[in-house]
Amino acid sequence: MLCVTLMDGKARPWPVIGPLALLSASNPHRLPSGIAKEDEHLLVAAAKRGDMVAFEELVNRYERKIFRLTMNITRNREDAEDAMQDAFLKSYSHLKDFQEDSRFYTWLVRIAANEALMRLRKRRPNQFSLDEPIEGDEDLMPRELEDWGPSPEQRFAQTEMHEILSEVIDKLEPDFRVVFVLRDIEELSTEETAKTLGISVPAVKSRLLRARLKLRQKLNRYFRQGGTN
Amino acid sequence: MNCKGVIREISDYIDGALEPAEKQELERHLEHCEDCKIVVDQTKLTVDVFCDSEPVELPSDVRSRLHEALRRKINEKRQ
Repeated sequence: MLCVTLMDGKARPWPVIGPLALLSASNPHRLPSGIAKEDEHLLVAAAKRGDMVAFEELVNRYERKIFRLTMNITRNREDAEDAMQDAFLKSYSHLKDFQEDSRFYTWLVRIAANEALMRLRKRRPNQFSLDEPIEGDEDLMPRELEDWGPSPEQRFAQTEMHEILSEVIDKLEPDFRVVFVLRDIEELSTEETAKTLGISVPAVKSRLLRARLKLRQKLNRYFRQGGTN
Repeated sequence: MNCKGVIREISDYIDGALEPAEKQELERHLEHCEDCKIVVDQTKLTVDVFCDSEPVELPSDVRSRLHEALRRKINEKRQ
């Protein structure tokens, strides 16, 4: 295992990007996600002991993903930024309470999702409720069955694909969107998603099914052979 | 299993959460129903494109404010 000695003289068993960059706040480097999973527990243990470089590394690794999560839930940049910031501050303050019965990232996602949901509820009190019953099967039958042709992922440049995904997820109703984001983008389990949102497992499954079918239909406009009109 | 049944089970099928007998029944339907096959394939692709998409770079102003807030918090705790 790679061991790095920093300017503070302490050796650390993970590749650290730069000493105390948190204080300079300008280090743009990232580590491959494979490394993140393997040594996350070492970083968490060190951060719990008060090693700020380790906590900084956790922030550097996950800030983009957490911002994507809060942005996907709130669909409002100001709220997304506030939710992300509060999520990292809370994770720092409550790090000692983290029992390590899940990945640190999963714990962080749950904190960030709650921060984002709080802001979404505040901004759209009448448009967002996870308590409402879900309609029956009638509207589930897909319409617009058209050939998407060979691999849409290869047909669109990354930036273009980002714009398409952002546009279609923006149009999805919030109570379907939050379930899809947690379950399919952040890859929480159905049970973790239910726990985070405070709803039942069948309610998660039902909303997930509808979210996936609705998104398929919305993507059809972009992915079908022959363009976006 | 009819088309309505396939649509109802599509999520569990994609997630590999169907019982073997249900899975077999659904796949038997797909063998002769082109419409359901399209929906299943495209729904799976829908999940994949979102799941595979990398998050964009954090805007530099957002990142600066985040790290500044953390720095303040850390200093606060140290005092």
